[in-house]
Amino acid sequence: MAAGRARTRKQVSFAAPAHDRPRIVCMNLLATVVLLPLLAGTSACALIGRGNTPARRLLTALAAGGVTLAALALLLRMAPAVFAGEVPAAGFEWLPQLGLNIGWRLDGLALMFGLLITGIGALIVLYAHHYLGSEDPAGKFYALLMLFMAAMLGVVLSDNLLMLVVFWELTSVSSFLLVGYWGHRADARAGARMALAVTGGGGLVMLAGFVLLGQIAGSYELTEILQHRERIVADPLYPLVLALVLTGCFTKSAQLPFHFWLPEAMAAPTPVSAYLHSATMVKAGIFLMLRLYPVLGGTALFEQVVTGFGLATVTFAAWVAIFRHDLKGLLAYSTVSHLGFITVLIGLDAPMAKVAAVFHILNHATFKAALFMSAGIVDHACHSRDLRRLGGLYGWMPWTATFALTAAAAMGGLPPLNGFLSKEMYFAEALAGADRLSWIVPAVALLAAVSSMAYSLRFAHDTFFNGPTRDLPADAHPHDPPAGMLAPVALLALLCVAVGLFPESTYGPLVRLAADAALGGPPPEFHLALWHGVNGPLAMSAVAVLAGFALYAGLMKGRALHGYLPRAWSGKLAFGCAIDRLFAFAGRVTAATENGSLQRSLLIMVAFAVLLAAAPFWQADALPAAGDRTLMPATPLALALWALLLITATVIAATHHQRFRALVLVGIVGLITALTFVGLSAPDLALTQLSVEVVSTVLMLMGLALLPQHTPRESSALRRGRDALLALVAGGGVAGLTWLMLTRNHDSISWFFLERSLTEGGGNNVVNVILVDFRGYDTFGEITVLGIAGLGALALLDGFRTRRPAADADGRAWAFEQQPLLLRVAARVVLPLALLASAYIYWRGHNMPGGGFIAGLMTSVALVMQYMALGQARAESLLHGAAGRRFTRWIGTGLGIAGLTGIGAFWFGRPFLTSAHGHPALPVIGELPLASAAAFDLGVYITVVGATLLTLSVLGAASKEDHA
Amino acid sequence: MSLLANVSMEFLVATGIGWVTACGVYLMLRGRSFPVVLGLTLLGYAVNIFIFVMGRLWSGAPPILGQGAVQADPLPQALVLTAIVIGFATTGFVIELALRSRAEAGTDHVDGREPGERPERDA
Repeated sequence: MAAGRARTRKQVSFAAPAHDRPRIVCMNLLATVVLLPLLAGTSACALIGRGNTPARRLLTALAAGGVTLAALALLLRMAPAVFAGEVPAAGFEWLPQLGLNIGWRLDGLALMFGLLITGIGALIVLYAHHYLGSEDPAGKFYALLMLFMAAMLGVVLSDNLLMLVVFWELTSVSSFLLVGYWGHRADARAGARMALAVTGGGGLVMLAGFVLLGQIAGSYELTEILQHRERIVADPLYPLVLALVLTGCFTKSAQLPFHFWLPEAMAAPTPVSAYLHSATMVKAGIFLMLRLYPVLGGTALFEQVVTGFGLATVTFAAWVAIFRHDLKGLLAYSTVSHLGFITVLIGLDAPMAKVAAVFHILNHATFKAALFMSAGIVDHACHSRDLRRLGGLYGWMPWTATFALTAAAAMGGLPPLNGFLSKEMYFAEALAGADRLSWIVPAVALLAAVSSMAYSLRFAHDTFFNGPTRDLPADAHPHDPPAGMLAPVALLALLCVAVGLFPESTYGPLVRLAADAALGGPPPEFHLALWHGVNGPLAMSAVAVLAGFALYAGLMKGRALHGYLPRAWSGKLAFGCAIDRLFAFAGRVTAATENGSLQRSLLIMVAFAVLLAAAPFWQADALPAAGDRTLMPATPLALALWALLLITATVIAATHHQRFRALVLVGIVGLITALTFVGLSAPDLALTQLSVEVVSTVLMLMGLALLPQHTPRESSALRRGRDALLALVAGGGVAGLTWLMLTRNHDSISWFFLERSLTEGGGNNVVNVILVDFRGYDTFGEITVLGIAGLGALALLDGFRTRRPAADADGRAWAFEQQPLLLRVAARVVLPLALLASAYIYWRGHNMPGGGFIAGLMTSVALVMQYMALGQARAESLLHGAAGRRFTRWIGTGLGIAGLTGIGAFWFGRPFLTSAHGHPALPVIGELPLASAAAFDLGVYITVVGATLLTLSVLGAASKEDHA
Repeated sequence: MSLLANVSMEFLVATGIGWVTACGVYLMLRGRSFPVVLGLTLLGYAVNIFIFVMGRLWSGAPPILGQGAVQADPLPQALVLTAIVIGFATTGFVIELALRSRAEAGTDHVDGREPGERPERDA
């Protein structure tokens, strides 16, 4: 229906011509509308609102108000263009491969919502300044409010559907934070969680719908999607898209069966309820239904589903609202009901229904915000919102009562107020819908209107009349609030009257504009007026008002309504039950998979790894055979080492209960590893392995000194057999894989490094050039890991002391003798030589085996020797180690040097860690090969020394005798 | 003897890695912290050699330019070099974790309780 219409409006394209100044201005303005509250608003409010003095609170409110009014002014600045039929749009490509672009678009619908968000927002800022108590942090409140406002503006101004989802979820998150503003209250936390779970979850479902929609339409830009209605509606996935998108809309706009979060969200401060839960956020779902109506709407499916859910919601919620004793709870259900009302109008397949929907969005926001604010005033003055305790307040707070009564009359749909007008239109559309759908539509509409009248009456009568007050809290002193708190209510209440009397000159133009955008073309001719003559809708209105009065009078007879207790079942309970079941299920799964035994977990892990590695062979027809690489004949030395390795490893596994012996034997395996590196052309690795072997053996010995010397024989034979079997399977698998691999020739990418090592890295030792140059980024990450491991050790053992037993398990006393003199002397002699050697190893690393890692380990070995020879206290006082803590500075220095070297490349306009090298000729020394990578390697060196000594030193400090 | 004469280096390396892996896995599955540390160390040797020989076996061909016509694959060597150092750091960390765990739980069993004791479950 809508798409067939030729699109006559001008569309400002992405690439607006540069000379077209007004449009360029619009482009910048559009982004500013959202970014202003998002960046300036949140940060300004958070910064100014840090202190809690009255002056700061005022300044924060002024900043928030200023930002809101500026955003409003920007929208008004662009309004003439929109009224002239233009659609200002702006944007740029961000991730075009994913269809994710930054795009803004201001059509009539977006303008109407934008004005609503900023206009009501400004009133809320004013109101909240008086509402918040002196102990409530103003900065937090206004910063979150600004965040929410930016998110809402982002939703209505987005042209890209994916960007819209981002803002949509941002409204859920900021709403979560605002509802939970009073985080010390359990109901606020629970309400916030529920709101986030329902609306955030709905947003995810909606995202799935949007992805499908974008795939069908071939674009995520609304501008583009709006052109493809035929294709989308005809697609077999259309019902699924509709279901997913509507789920998002229904959760956000609190439609049955997702309505239950909204009453729970009433734990929020009242300005939040007035803003989010009546005027703006809950309207986001409504907005999206209208936004996508030209694409998704107008089908029988759409009409039946949307109208059906709307009718169920409007009737149910209006009825429940009568029985709520909490003032805000009544308003919350009333909001749900009115959202249902608007949903029905969006569903009904008639252009005028969309006009009525848009009109009622404005009307509802006007009177409901006023009502929430009045409820807040009452709550503030009486410290209670319980309708059973309030009553007779008219005499105490006449001005508040007057404005609240006006707004309540608008909510009930009494003439001559704005609510009456849109209700008449609603009745007219419902009567028209009876022909297409069923007589149920007008009947249910009438029923809802009766309830609506009844709860409006209860709100007015039970609060301000029906006195006297019944058992109010002792600190209650009902009075009219300061003018600043009353002014927003007054303004909105007067607007209800003005719109009721002069609809065409107030909301008329905006309604026309928004309906045009929602319909995808101009709406039919209409005239908004109070009096349309005596007709069906008027009769329905009269019936609704009279029946509503009668219903309320009947229920309230003898204050019977006050004795009503809500039944136990509700959506809230169902939600809580579902959450409990989910947690219980998660607990059962955890208990079933993880029983607290590391041995079992490791067993499963290894077994799974074996299965994973074996899986490809399972599918193969035959086991793969060895390859055809020319093999290297084994030397006698290799054979001997191999035999030694097998024997040593076997002895370790079999007699690991003798811990000291096992540790020494592990050292032998390490030495054989180092020799393997020597024999197989890896001098760098051999040097590294050798130095690591020394430090790591010392480390393990230190650890062992504080642990039992023997491992008890406690595993059953069955368990040992099982573990041995798994170990053999794993080892056999690894051996098999290695064999298969080694017998095949390989195609490596290493020729690249071999070819360019000298020309681009300036070094002959390719391994070192790879480490400090080609893959410098990796190395930077690795030394960072090294530093973190060292810090982790410090965190584990800092200040920790173990009580060492005086004797070992066999009763032999531990001896604490002074280190042998010879060792002390030797260590002193060796230290400078060792340092010199490591400096040499470091310096030649770029061209010969060596480099920062190896030099760092060698230095560590030399220093560890000092620890052993001089004792930790003496060595540490020389190194200023402070029980290991000071070595964090070494790590920091090393990482800093490496990082700065990398950043240095920015100076030359190159990416991080690009190295430079040269061969400057110096007098006397001659040509000196110099690479910036050497500085990076220095960072590596210092980090390695720092991390190694930190780990050792912390362990040493832990095992010191406790002198205290 | 002829059997030994036909043995290749590749075979020795593969079986050596496999056997050390098996011993490492077996120790890793023990119940006390120290054998687990030893097991992890053995596993570390095996893994490092495994990655290193991804570049195949080369004799007398260090990856240093200008020293011969052929150079061994330098890339796995560079990877393993940092792996050795990080392996040391993690060994240190695990030992210190074992000490801390023993001090807090009063046992050096990896589950933080002597076998047969009832596990402490969160409510």
